[in-house]
Amino acid sequence: MARWRGAAVRRPPREQWSGQVGFILSAIGSAVGLGNIWRFPGVAYENGGGAFLIPYIVALLTAGIPILFLDYAIGHRFRGSAPLSLRRLGGKPLEALGWFQVAIAFVISLYYTAVVAWALSYFLFSFDLRWGDDPAGFLQGDYLQVSDPGISMQFVPGVLIPLVLVWILTLAVLSAGVAKGLERANVVFLPLLVVAFLVLVVRALFLEGAGVGLNALFTPDFAALADPNVWLAAYSQIFFSLSIAFGIMITYASYRQRRANLTGPGLVVAFANSSFEILAGIGVFATLGFFAVQQGVAVGELEGLTGVGLSFVTFPAIVSQMPGGPLFGALFFGSLTLAGFTSLISVLQVVSAGVQEKFGLSRVKATLGIGGIAAVLSVLLFSTTTGLLALDVVDNWANNIGIVASAVLTTVLVIWVLRKGPELQYHLNAVSTFRVGRAWVLLVGVLVPVLLGYMVLSRVVTLLVEGYAGYPAGYLGVFGWGTIGLILAAAVVLTVLPWRSHTEPFTAWPPYVRDSRSPARSPEPEGGRR
Amino acid sequence: MSPVAIVFLVLAILVVWGGFAASTVFLARRPERTDYPPGAVDDHREDDAPAIRDT
Repeated sequence: MARWRGAAVRRPPREQWSGQVGFILSAIGSAVGLGNIWRFPGVAYENGGGAFLIPYIVALLTAGIPILFLDYAIGHRFRGSAPLSLRRLGGKPLEALGWFQVAIAFVISLYYTAVVAWALSYFLFSFDLRWGDDPAGFLQGDYLQVSDPGISMQFVPGVLIPLVLVWILTLAVLSAGVAKGLERANVVFLPLLVVAFLVLVVRALFLEGAGVGLNALFTPDFAALADPNVWLAAYSQIFFSLSIAFGIMITYASYRQRRANLTGPGLVVAFANSSFEILAGIGVFATLGFFAVQQGVAVGELEGLTGVGLSFVTFPAIVSQMPGGPLFGALFFGSLTLAGFTSLISVLQVVSAGVQEKFGLSRVKATLGIGGIAAVLSVLLFSTTTGLLALDVVDNWANNIGIVASAVLTTVLVIWVLRKGPELQYHLNAVSTFRVGRAWVLLVGVLVPVLLGYMVLSRVVTLLVEGYAGYPAGYLGVFGWGTIGLILAAAVVLTVLPWRSHTEPFTAWPPYVRDSRSPARSPEPEGGRR
Repeated sequence: MSPVAIVFLVLAILVVWGGFAASTVFLARRPERTDYPPGAVDDHREDDAPAIRDT
């Protein structure tokens, strides 16, 4: 240990955002991702249309914002990556939870890069409408060259090249650091995304049939409000959209200076994310309305209203039929690329920060080391002819089981077991302009674990009983459950490995007195030794 | 568009974009607290950053 404390150790200051605006833009860049564009509009349409607004807002206020604040409070008070912050908060068991989050982020980065790479390819394909008359056939056949489920070593150059490019760009941004890399990328790309997407939405509104699409999206079906599944859909949309509960916001908040407002910017980030979702809903459904009118069918009869199908099959088909289609396609896929990229860098920063701190590595070494491993795995898994299938399965398990379980574990352990709710509430209120009350502790301590706990349990049962999307059970065992197994194994192994930095005691600021009726806590460092 | 769909389109915009506008205005008026607890001024030096070996 001594050699780490000797003259040979340089302890540079912790990286920081340049200020509040830089943090807010970066946090919005992280929250606004593919899900805002390709998930929200379809989910809203299928779950009550205009009436979905009600559960959506309720979910935002009762779960989305409270969990966002929880992540901020943990990262900002305990000033570290997810494993370090959580270790300082609750010792080794919580460190394992931190590595669980890091491992989820690692897995997500592997395939998220692939989707950004597809979007980048389609941005280029837009200019000559490369997909021709059969976008579905083009995607599966010409572009991805999808084969049967399995493991293929047959690389698809059309995917491989953009994928490698996206990895190089991502690792370059991460290597440049928090302020000069992540923040600068967001400061440039986020406004560019907003402008490009606004142009797209305005264009979409002037298409013939735009009103038909908006009518379909916003006509409320009030009966849906009585369906618990609609409420669950709202909570899960909010939950997945905000980039919460898997380390991103813990990591991002840890790069704020100690004297920094947390909840005020948090509200801006949360509402900005939802504002972009509403904008995406308008843009996507105005475009779908045009398509429905062209096809002479109702919007409800269209297929592929969410996800990969919406983006890479339905939208190309629409672009082909539209006057000025190439420009519209370039705006859409350019937006998708930018939205994905600014989220991707935040996902990988979770991994990089954790590795930097645990192993005492410099930013560049950690980024290139762990990023290099991720890049190789990503290329092996997702640029081959089985990439789309693996992506579909890994995504379903990492998100619906991994992230939701992470949220449940975080809230149960931090609020119920360790009873840190009042301390984190105190922290938020001590530094922020928007005060949170006791209700915040109740929301993150009771409502969130109950709702999300039900979500993850019912999902596990469904996947065990029914399987997923007709894939062979063995394949799901390897890529679905295997992913969860690997994430758990990584959490255990990385927790057991010794820390190579951060051996000094840590003192949380501002100091917290647990209860005014009991004696003040001794001045020993809070939250464990590391 | 039907009147009820228009109402909900407008509602969505008012509530969500309104929330964004309100939170932005709230933050612009009070960007930071003026009464932080004592300490933690010299943020850089109090923080832990990853130790880096020079060797």
